[in-house]
Amino acid sequence: MSNSTVFGYDSKIEGDVVVTRLDAALNWFRKNSLWPMPMGLACCAIELMAAGASRYDISRFGSEVMRFSPRQSDVMIVAGTVTYKMALVVRRLYEQMAEPKWVIAMGACASTGGMYRSYAVLQGVDRILPVDIYVAGCPPRPEALLDALLKLQARVQREPVLATLKKSLPPGPPAPALPTPGPAARPEVLQPA
Amino acid sequence: MSARDLAQRLRTRFGDLISEPVEFRGEITVTLADAERVAEVCRFARDELGFDCLLDLTSVDNYGEEPRWTVVYELYGLGHHAHLRLKTHVSEEISELPTVTGVWPAADWHEREVYDMMGIRFRGHPDLRRILMWEGYPYFPLRKDFPLAGRPSEMPGVAFTEAAPLEGGPFVTAPGGRDALEREPRARGPER
Repeated sequence: MSNSTVFGYDSKIEGDVVVTRLDAALNWFRKNSLWPMPMGLACCAIELMAAGASRYDISRFGSEVMRFSPRQSDVMIVAGTVTYKMALVVRRLYEQMAEPKWVIAMGACASTGGMYRSYAVLQGVDRILPVDIYVAGCPPRPEALLDALLKLQARVQREPVLATLKKSLPPGPPAPALPTPGPAARPEVLQPA
Repeated sequence: MSARDLAQRLRTRFGDLISEPVEFRGEITVTLADAERVAEVCRFARDELGFDCLLDLTSVDNYGEEPRWTVVYELYGLGHHAHLRLKTHVSEEISELPTVTGVWPAADWHEREVYDMMGIRFRGHPDLRRILMWEGYPYFPLRKDFPLAGRPSEMPGVAFTEAAPLEGGPFVTAPGGRDALEREPRARGPER
């Protein structure tokens, strides 16, 4: 079964109705608002800032909301050299992010340790995090980061959301049906007179 | 007043404790024979000779020689614009010398860095903790017998380290190796 549903919406034909698959619709919502967690650790963070500024303008792809809180982010952009002193902090921030979450390793240092073959630098952030996209460069240009974001969007679009959701539910007897709340149980809902 | 004159005044005051000034490329270096008196010498240099600025404080590992450590003080006077380098030696068994934080507060973090990287302790330092690596890291990484790749270590909940791949790593090319050209393409073809 293919997940690559093509969106075609013609208001003259379809009126106010859009027909698509739930998977595709959810992924479409997700991929166009990937909020980055800017893990700026070194000079790559300068290019990350440039990608956010008006010349390159990451908001064209829905990722302008750089949240400096892991709770409100979707994609962690590890931009810079991850030292061993910082490594567990990066992992903790990743763990604090809500699912679904993705990781972009931006630049040579985050991908492999780069030129820092030394006692102090983690040899690639993929030793502590599951990385989705690696960006080459030292540092990569903003276009390279935007390309990585587009590749990540393509990847998000292909994700089988519902199948994954079903798989992630714990096995066991089905949960008992919730009692349908009557009007009394929902006093905030206005009832027509 | 030149740095050489100031070094001579230091010699007049402390005698044989201070070596003959050595000049190299216009820079004057004196060596202090007894590291235990470094704070006293530094205080004299600041108060009487006008070296009111400590530019740098660093250390050298003379691995395989005795004494193993050299601690280097770079003194500068903002009044007379003279620069003087003061060196002193510390043996590995002792690995300790008095702090100069009482003379120049700027020495605080420099001494912490020397302690962190070399493992030389400064007696009387107000806050001698590691400054770059974390508390509990078991090695002193700037020592000559410490491998560049590092050694594995583990501090649960704080940090871990692994040895970095040096030989055979993804970006390492051995000169003249069979795959050297493939790994590291050159703009110009090799001479034949």
